[in-house]
Amino acid sequence: MTDLAIELIGICKSFGAVAANRDIEMKVAKGSIHGIIGENGAGKSTLMSILYGYYQADAGTIRVNGKDTHIRNSQEAIRLGIGMVHQHFMLVDTFTVLENIILGAEGGLVLKHGVKQARAHLKELNKEYGLEVDPDAVVGKLGVGLQQRVEILKALYRGADVLILDEPTAVLTPQEADHLFRILRTLKEQGKTVILITHKLREVLDITDNVSVMRGGQMVGNVRTCDVDRAGLADLMVGRKVNLQVDKAQREPGEVVLSVKDLNLVDRRNVKLLKDINLQVRAGEIVGIAGVAGNGQSELLEVLAGMQQPSTGEIFYKGQNLGTLKYRQPKAAVLRKLGIAHVPEDRSREGLVKAFPNYENAILGYQCDRSVCKGPLYSRKALVARMNQLIKQFDIRPDNPMLRVGLLSGGNQQKVVLAREIHANPDLLLIGQPTRGVDIGAIEFIHRRLVELRDAGKAILLVSVELEEIMSLSDRILVMAGGQITGEMAGKDATAPALGLLMGGGDKH
Amino acid sequence: MKFGQPSTLPRWAQLTILPALNLLAALLVTGVVTWVIGENPLECLKILVHGALGYGEGIGYTLFYTTDFIFTGLAVAAAFHAGLFNIGGEGQAYLAGLGITLTVFAFDKVLPFWILMPLCMLAAMAFGAAWAYIPAWLQARRGSHIVVTTIMFNFISYSLMLYLIGHQLIEPGSQNPTTREFGQNAWMPAMQNILAGIGISIPSTPLNGTFFLALIACVLFYLVVWHSRWGYELRTVGTNEHAARYAGMNVTKIIILAMCASGALSGLASVNELLGSTHRMNVLFTNGIGFVGVAVALMGRNHPVGIILSALLFGALTQGGLDLSFAKPMITREMVLLIEGLVILFCGGLENLFEPILASFFKRGK
Repeated sequence: MTDLAIELIGICKSFGAVAANRDIEMKVAKGSIHGIIGENGAGKSTLMSILYGYYQADAGTIRVNGKDTHIRNSQEAIRLGIGMVHQHFMLVDTFTVLENIILGAEGGLVLKHGVKQARAHLKELNKEYGLEVDPDAVVGKLGVGLQQRVEILKALYRGADVLILDEPTAVLTPQEADHLFRILRTLKEQGKTVILITHKLREVLDITDNVSVMRGGQMVGNVRTCDVDRAGLADLMVGRKVNLQVDKAQREPGEVVLSVKDLNLVDRRNVKLLKDINLQVRAGEIVGIAGVAGNGQSELLEVLAGMQQPSTGEIFYKGQNLGTLKYRQPKAAVLRKLGIAHVPEDRSREGLVKAFPNYENAILGYQCDRSVCKGPLYSRKALVARMNQLIKQFDIRPDNPMLRVGLLSGGNQQKVVLAREIHANPDLLLIGQPTRGVDIGAIEFIHRRLVELRDAGKAILLVSVELEEIMSLSDRILVMAGGQITGEMAGKDATAPALGLLMGGGDKH
Repeated sequence: MKFGQPSTLPRWAQLTILPALNLLAALLVTGVVTWVIGENPLECLKILVHGALGYGEGIGYTLFYTTDFIFTGLAVAAAFHAGLFNIGGEGQAYLAGLGITLTVFAFDKVLPFWILMPLCMLAAMAFGAAWAYIPAWLQARRGSHIVVTTIMFNFISYSLMLYLIGHQLIEPGSQNPTTREFGQNAWMPAMQNILAGIGISIPSTPLNGTFFLALIACVLFYLVVWHSRWGYELRTVGTNEHAARYAGMNVTKIIILAMCASGALSGLASVNELLGSTHRMNVLFTNGIGFVGVAVALMGRNHPVGIILSALLFGALTQGGLDLSFAKPMITREMVLLIEGLVILFCGGLENLFEPILASFFKRGK
């Protein structure tokens, strides 16, 4: 059986009472691109961490090139020819590409020899796989797409025959993703094996030869990609029929709720983060902002939510100039009282306090609200009752208001944030990455909720890096690149390639 | 196991078995040290326990020290819940002594007990808070690290107070660097007098009314930190500052207030020392209580109940240790400090020493 690069037999792994992997069987053919797809928390990352030696399996066998092996750490994985490209790059920003690549494989005390050899080897690899990376460029100055290629080079340099990529397209524009896929195909032609972990159905269908589907820690399907279609894969992932299309009736938007005029944001080092932003959001309208992560969307949300002060420009909310208001409390608190709710992009960094129980998270930002606290002390009973209500309305599981929020799944954590913000009955909802790290079942639910809110006449400003999400939810789409708005189109006319071009537009890379 | 990583142990085991194991380990090492210098460890332990808890006077002294440690422990915990490590309890308590002394000197000839006593407490809290305010402001507004600044402020307070006591506040004609005795209307009633009022007779010790104040402070601490809006904001800032900013909390203000509350709590330890026991201010009267507070808070896991228990432990160690050094000439005051240091090391610094072993034991049991 030497035509298999990797074979996993009966892999089990538990963390405490949670079985992250149960009896996993998987075969990866040599020289193929193998997709692993599944919702967040399905156990994909755990499985790959076992293969790469970060975790030890509780039971089961790993065969590499037909031989039983024990992979105790990542050095052993590398020795067996397994390389990994992480979702969050493991690069030293201030080093050059070359320095990064030899990191951990310097070859002796004197750096010079190693560097010389590495340079020659790198040139070869670069040519062979069409990677087009300058070995002397400083990594921190490269774009995300190029940094990813450095990661790939790093793995190849160490002699990887099997390359694991963890959600590689999460940070790329559609064009950059296409480039990556071309590279992956070249790798395959050269006889390398690629394992692609993703939750995007389109990618799996586009590029893989075989696909393994995981759900709830189990392998629920190993199929040839040409034998399945989109709906079939989605159903396998979720375990029931899912509706990928958001049902949304046409609706005439009402008056202008949010109006931004010539907004600029300059940071301390004089870098322009936002340039001349003009936009409007009307009642009963979802305005989507598309763009690759890191092009100013996050800053725009933070400025609008009052967490950052704009350098110049004006923001009008229901006709009122927010810049001329008097602020006795932090701006974010005042804006919230005016009816601007904010679901932040990064829920675990900003939207939640993971060490707090659910019921305490349900008042974050509303801790001074009359409905929450009348006297000097909270009534724990009232807070728990409030949380129970949210749990029922948003189907948060497990339905325990006392549970620490960090123990919930990503989707349920997001529901806690969304429930809290919608409960406040805002007129304007600022929402960033509503479904990042959220499973398909919860995505459906969250999208429905957002459309309901829109239909109830609320204004929604949606920032997302998921084009499909932007296209299916938005009435109007703005595209941001390099801190500017580079284009606008109606939601029903938008296509991925058209948006992709605009997304690359102002980008310096 | 990384610092601050949540334990996989059940909570009850974290709160019982783990501290017990740590304490046992500290005692074992202490035992070895005692044995090396030629004393019988078991006998020493017996003297220590008896000295702390074996007779009325011993218990009185133990509870007196406990009172100090409850306040300084609560002080460290208050700052800790805001994510700040206040090492400056010592200096804050010391400065609080200045507040008390100035107030007493100004008013002990004119004001009656019922006005003077609250005034002195307020002065202690105000001076302690003020001494904490400066590092707090520097941290919140300028990013100077609170650990570094509070340590520096301890040293500044030593020099400042030495000068003030030695040159300005010293009792005229005295050879010792100490102030004059406070008027009796500034004395916190001693426990033996309070209890005598309801017909209970106990031996005469420095234990005084401040002890009840410490217990009340624990209850208030619990209510404020876990049941009030302010405590909610405090804990949010302490666990996730980004979330606090997102929620529209004034992080700077909360940091400064938390440090001031911490300094005020440290200051109350001086009420126990000066108004409750010595009735005058001596040089270095704080004698390390601020530092022990760090260990007390660590060991008590920043919860009032835990703080009371660990304050009791350190109170007993202090008192029993003193008795031990009287009984055994080989065991000097420095040896007693070593024992305390070991307990702090095992219970505070190495609090998770046995966690992995215990965790695997629990896992197998399942």
